[in-house]
Formats: sequence, structure tokens, C-alpha cells
Amino acid sequence: MAGILFDGFAYGMLLFLLSVGLSVTLGMMNFINLSHASFGMLGGYVTVTLMQQLGWPFLATLPAAFVISALVGMVMERFMFRRMYRATDLDQTLLTIGVVFMSIAGAAYIWGTVQQPVVMPDYLSGSFLVGGVNIARYRLFLIVVALVITLLMIGGLEWTRFGAQIRAAVDNQRMARGLGLDVDRTFSLTFSLGSGLAGLGGALAIAMVGLDPGFAFAYLIYVLIVVSVGGLASIWGSFVAASLLGICDMAGKYYVPQLGSFLIYLMMVGILMWRPAGLFGKR
Amino acid sequence: MKQLSIGILGAAASVLAATVSFAQQPPVKIGLILPYSGQFADTATQMDNAIKLYVKQHGDSAGGRKIEIIRKDSGGIAPDVAKRLAQELVVRDKVDVLTGLVLTPNALAIADVSAEAKKFTVIMNAATSIITTKSPYMARVSVTTPMLNESLGSWAAKAGGTKRVFSMVSDFGPGIDAEEGFMRAYKEAGGQIVGSVRFPVANPDFAAFVQRAKDSNPDGIFAWVPGGVQPAAIGKALNERGIDPKKMKVMGQDALASDEALASQGDLALGIITVANYDHNLANKLNRAFVAAYAADYKRNPDFFSIGGWDGMHLIYEVLKKTGGKTDGEAMIGAAKGMKWDSPRGPMSIDPETRDVIEDVYIRRVEKVAGKLVNVEFDTIRSVKDPVKARMK
Repeated sequence: MAGILFDGFAYGMLLFLLSVGLSVTLGMMNFINLSHASFGMLGGYVTVTLMQQLGWPFLATLPAAFVISALVGMVMERFMFRRMYRATDLDQTLLTIGVVFMSIAGAAYIWGTVQQPVVMPDYLSGSFLVGGVNIARYRLFLIVVALVITLLMIGGLEWTRFGAQIRAAVDNQRMARGLGLDVDRTFSLTFSLGSGLAGLGGALAIAMVGLDPGFAFAYLIYVLIVVSVGGLASIWGSFVAASLLGICDMAGKYYVPQLGSFLIYLMMVGILMWRPAGLFGKR
Repeated sequence: MKQLSIGILGAAASVLAATVSFAQQPPVKIGLILPYSGQFADTATQMDNAIKLYVKQHGDSAGGRKIEIIRKDSGGIAPDVAKRLAQELVVRDKVDVLTGLVLTPNALAIADVSAEAKKFTVIMNAATSIITTKSPYMARVSVTTPMLNESLGSWAAKAGGTKRVFSMVSDFGPGIDAEEGFMRAYKEAGGQIVGSVRFPVANPDFAAFVQRAKDSNPDGIFAWVPGGVQPAAIGKALNERGIDPKKMKVMGQDALASDEALASQGDLALGIITVANYDHNLANKLNRAFVAAYAADYKRNPDFFSIGGWDGMHLIYEVLKKTGGKTDGEAMIGAAKGMKWDSPRGPMSIDPETRDVIEDVYIRRVEKVAGKLVNVEFDTIRSVKDPVKARMK
């Protein structure tokens, strides 16, 4: 039982890491960013390339995955997404889904259709026993990283000047401009933060889920579920939703494997019927 | 869906075309339907590479006629798209042969077109038994899922020395076929299945299922997942739960120990036992030459998709030679029946009764040879026929 809880929580943290960037771009900025998982895929490819071609250690590639995805996100925000902030939901959907297709074709062109090998260092593979519970090292690592990111994000948004600017710019753009905030710059930085987090999430996920050009679509559904169940604009909501989904999914698969992947959708439907705005959503 | 380049293949092909002229005869058109995009794109890459290599080595004509390949992208599992493409190929492009077909649903969907238009059809991969019964003009050069997994099931109980096996498979057609084949043969040979589970096809985390397997205390685990990212994921999940393939028998079909899966798992994969009809590591002369030429052109090793493409082209070329360039369905399938040849995978033939493949099946183990992880075959089951069709009679 404790083992299921641990594994489920770790799986939830995997989902959280994949989706936390989306709670920033979709959740806070209100931009329908379906290309989120493409940035995750980019982070994954950055990690794989640095490890294989340049022999970087895995941990050193993680900041690089964040930075490169953030930079690409910033450039794309500047030239493409910025024009679409006021567009309708459908236009945003069409644009970003187009980006997904382009990213898949681009990844297949550059890295090939083949599945990329992701070899973890010894200290992150295998497991050890604590009081009869099997603790996988990589899962523990995911949990720690996820907790750190949650604290940084929540703390950063609540208590830093930049966090306050983001909240102001998102809540009332005209007022924020009127008060002299550089809203464009804030949005640009926020979007690249979201993209960077996506890249980091992708880089962390590939050790468990693998990486090929299909990544950009394969995990899109999961991240959308997490963000909508958690409630838009709420990092804490995504965290709770991801843990809940992870644990229930794992327990369901262990005790009632016939339900299989169905459970995660059932939960989504149930929670959204109970709270249409998500667990912690305000709008 | 994007349409892929139509027309003649490769530089070598055009050089040959310049030297030989068949002005009097129109070319033989081959409609090649593969999932060039989407989840299974890499299987199409591997197969098409071998097809290009075959044409490069054997020229672009056979039986006195030029060969023209028309490529169509079916995307992933999309029977409706595959059927529409097959109809277009037959009606608009006037193809003489249909081929490719990596995925079972797509192959089943075009069977009607093959049967009604009386077009010779070569299945290069799709591995569900019944496919070839759906059109009398179909022949298969790959393998069937039961051929492999029933062979593995009997092996596991007899030579493999396991008594209690836990089975875990992907919950869709090929996975269920594999489960049924393995279990049937394993039980017939005296083994006991201590538990089984079917997991969703899109499944990012295998921990719960592996835990379930471990809790039922088996002495062997049978795992079937489609190729791509999942074999490595399941290998890592086994390792996390302290299941070591060197101590407990972890068995599955070829994809479980593909090159990519081995590269991701590293030494954790040592000891995994798989059943296959082909591996680039097979030690015969034809295979060494094939692997060397393939690696020279495409910088990677061929896999069982590649060998399907290679032998599929071989069958089409040989059939054309035998019919003297005649392309009607009856003549071509008649020529294909009973045809025998030596392939890089070993001796193989087309069963004259079922039009399905007859070939050797290999049991292999992941070992480290000269610092590299490879599948080393240590047991061969000769001339295996599809057991499902044998039981249909």
C-alpha cells in the first residue's frame, strides 16, 4: 500500500513537472497553448543531445533544457504568440496545434523518427528498501525536484516583485499599463518561464517515458487534464491535481487493472462536474 | 496527410534506367502504403530504407518490366485512410501490386480492395493471423504474432525451465494475440500462468503492473508491448522493482529488446529473452552483407520491419520474373505460392495453402559481446508455420 502511494505520488509529480509550465502559459496568461508539450519535447531533445553528443552529465543538462526552451519560447512569443493574445480561443488553438505539427516534423527531420536512448546515471537508477517499501531512486528524485519547483513558483509569484508584476499584468492589463508596468516585457518573460518549465519537465520525463517525435502529442492530453482539474492559474492546484491523479491512477491500475487508463478520465469528468473551474480555479 | 514523393527511386535506379529501355511495356506500378508520419513513423523509415536498398542493389526492373513505386502515407492506425489510399492507388494510379502495411487494422481494411480489384498484395509487416484469409491475392513475408509467441510459450515451459509465469500485454489486437498465443502454448507444455494483466496502449508508467507481477511471485514474466518508447520504459520499471532479467526470466517478442530499447536500458537489459524471426546479429553470410550495406546507407542497423520490406520486394521481383512480367492477380499469387528463397533471416517460403510465411524462429538472449549489447540467438525452431491457420482446418 505504501509502495503504491509512493509510486503514485511520484507519477503525479511526473505529470506535475510536465504540466507546471502550462499552468503558467495557459493558466495565468490565459493563452491556449497546445504547443506546450512541444517545448517539453525540445527540452528532452536538448538533454539527449547534450548527453550523447557532448557527454554532459544528466544533471548538468537540466538547466540547459530549461534555458534553451525558455529562449525558444521567448523568440516565438515575440514573433508569433504575442499577436494572438487577444485572438479568439479557436484562433489560438489552431495556431498552437500548427506549431505542434511543425515541431513533430521538425524533430523527425533533425533527430530522425527513431526513439532516443536515455541512459540514467547509476545513482538515479535502481531502488532501495525503506521499511519494506521499494523506493525507486529516480522517482524520489522527481518528487524532490517537483517540491522544489512548487515552492519556488508559489513563493516567487506571491512574494517577489516580478511575481507581483505578473499577477498585475495578468489580472488587469490596462490598469497595469496605466501604472507604468512594461506589460509586454512581463508577458514575454512569463511565457518564456512557462516554456522553460515545459523544457525542464520534458527533460525530466524522458527517463521514464522515452522520447521520440510523437512526444509532443502523446503527453498533451495528460498536461491538459492536470491543468484543468487543478484549476487555471493555480500552481498549487496543478500540484494537488497531479498528485491526486497520479495516486488514483496507480492504485486503480494495481487493484483494478481492467479499468486501465480509463480511470484518469473518469476522475477528470467527476471532478469537473463537481467543480467546473477545477479544484482551485477561480474562473 | 502529406503525400510522399511519387516516382522513380534513387540515383542508382535512374542510372540503370538509362542503360535499359523497356519502351514497349508500361512500368509495373507498386502502391506502397506505410505510416510515414505519426506514432509509427520510425517503422516506415526502417521498412522503406530496406525497400530503397533492394531497388538499389537489384535494379529498377524485373521480369522485363520497369518498377515504379508510388508511396502513400497512412498515418498511424487509420483503417479508413488506408482503404481510401488503396482505392485511389487502384482506381487512379492503376497500380498492379499493393504492399507495405505495417499495422493490422490498415492491412485488414485494404483486404477488400485487394480481393475485389484482384490485386496481388504483399503484407510486409502486419502480423495478425487472419489477415491473409481476407483476400485470395494476399501473401505475407513478415511473421504472425502467434508463430512467435506460441514458439516462445512452448520454449519457456520446456527448455526455458519456468513453471509459473505472469503475463502482461498491451490491451489491443496484437497484444491480445500475443497473450493468447503464449498462454495457450505455455499451458499445453505444462506451465502455469499465475496471473495476467492487460495495460492500456498509451501507458506512461508501468510501475503498478510490474508490482502486481512481482506480488504474484512468478519465476518468469512474459511482457508484450509495441515497439517505440515502451520497451525501455517497462525494462526500467522492472529494474526499479528489483526484478533482474539475469535471475528471473523476462520474456517477450522482438521489440522488447530492440536496439533502441537496449540503448536506453544499458546493462539492465542483460538476460532479457525474446523470440524473433530476424535480428541484425544473425550469423549468416547473406545477413552480414545486408546489414553492412544497410548500415553504410542509413547509419543504423536494420530491424524486423526492414527485413519485411526487403523480402517483400524480393517476392515481388521474383514473382514478376516467374510470370514474365504478367501482373494480373491470379498469375502473380499463383507464382508466389510455394516460392522458396534464402533471406538474410534464413531460409523462408510462402505456404502454398495459406499464402503465409514459413520461416525459422529464433530464441535470443541479451548479452554483452565486445562491449555492446546484442541479442544472441541460442535456440532455433525450424520451419514454423502460422499455428492459428493450422488449427482452422
